[in-house]
Amino acid sequence: MQSWIPILVYLAIASSVGFLMLGASRVLRVRAKDVPPTRELTYESGEEPVGNAWIRFHPRYYVVALVFILFDVETAFLVPWALNVRALGRFAIVEMIVFVVILLLGWVYALRKGALKWQ
Amino acid sequence: MMENPWISGLVYSAVLVTVLMTAIAWISWFERKVAGRMQSRLGPTLVGPFGLFQPLADALKALQKEGIVPKDADPFLYRFAPPLTMALALGTAAVIPFTPHFLGSDLDIGVLYALALSGMMAFPIWIASWASNNKYALIGGMRMVAQGISYEIPMVLAALVPVVLSGSLSLGDIVEYQHVNGWFVLWPPGVGLGAFMLFFTTALAEGNRIPFDIPEAESELVAGPTTEYTAINWTIFAASEYGHSVITSALASTLFLGGWSGPWLPPLAWMVIKTSVLFVTITWIRWSLLRLRSDQLMALCWKYLVPFALMLLLVAGIWTHVRP
Repeated sequence: MQSWIPILVYLAIASSVGFLMLGASRVLRVRAKDVPPTRELTYESGEEPVGNAWIRFHPRYYVVALVFILFDVETAFLVPWALNVRALGRFAIVEMIVFVVILLLGWVYALRKGALKWQ
Repeated sequence: MMENPWISGLVYSAVLVTVLMTAIAWISWFERKVAGRMQSRLGPTLVGPFGLFQPLADALKALQKEGIVPKDADPFLYRFAPPLTMALALGTAAVIPFTPHFLGSDLDIGVLYALALSGMMAFPIWIASWASNNKYALIGGMRMVAQGISYEIPMVLAALVPVVLSGSLSLGDIVEYQHVNGWFVLWPPGVGLGAFMLFFTTALAEGNRIPFDIPEAESELVAGPTTEYTAINWTIFAASEYGHSVITSALASTLFLGGWSGPWLPPLAWMVIKTSVLFVTITWIRWSLLRLRSDQLMALCWKYLVPFALMLLLVAGIWTHVRP
């Protein structure tokens, strides 16, 4: 765990950079005296904003998110394999080829079903 | 290295963060110069010699502006997103060995740490886009998440190729291994180069650089997720994007180009040269290529890059047995 202490310190300092910039701006910035009522409106190409943006929105790639989880878990399995492939010998290679081929079959299925298309 | 990890960590972090922030400021000047030359312009020339003080002028200007939080936005998330982006963009650098001794900590899972932080970059930007309650920002944020999670997979797979070849997840060990056995971009023939190209391409996508900058496509989405951001809030986003590009270039040179290893020159010089060459390539691509369409972007990733990355990884695994 000793090796994580510098990382912790580094992350704390890296996180403070953004806040320091915000603080500096708070000291240096100018403030408008009379604020026009339209100033704090949401930008919508100069028109009055229509409705709210917090709506049910169709993310065109929601099936892709499911395929992503599949492949993400797969990469998680590949990390220990990648680390030990030298030590484990030929067996590990064959195992991984079988594993990846099964996954690629799933990938071909998803491709054929049109899961990776714009919907 | 000093005895106490808290003190050495503090010194290292202060030095590295200062160097990185300075580098980011002058990289913005550099990129504008390169952009100018590529378009037969001069770029910034007025502030200081060759416009060298332009970043200072820009920073001062941004600090003096009054930041406007839109009435309909979520004020907490809106203010919180930029510092979070900055923290994640800088955070990766902690494990990158700039010289054999100048690194924050040689974590035994350094590759995973770097990829995890760089992969999380999509989320503060998504927070920003959702918090601003703006339709352009919402669409941009959605594209950002779709692209961020998709390109994550080939990126991790490409980064695993050096791990397979060197048998270690520590970036320090990977560089040492390349120092002895040669850079991974050169061997195994084809595989190393392929993995490097793949990593570089996905890094462009993760960092929202052209040709993958579809989340902030300014011709259709104004400025994408950062549409509602003004003044210093916007500057922090811009700086984190530059920081992310620079640190990913450093990561790519560590994984594939041998990091600090190289003849004649001192280690730090090699690291800076390699990182700069990659960053110039990013800039060069930015001003040469067109932007992909959103569905072409996803098709490129899922139909070509993911299977290609899997093949590379398997070939690298077989290589370790054929030529141990």
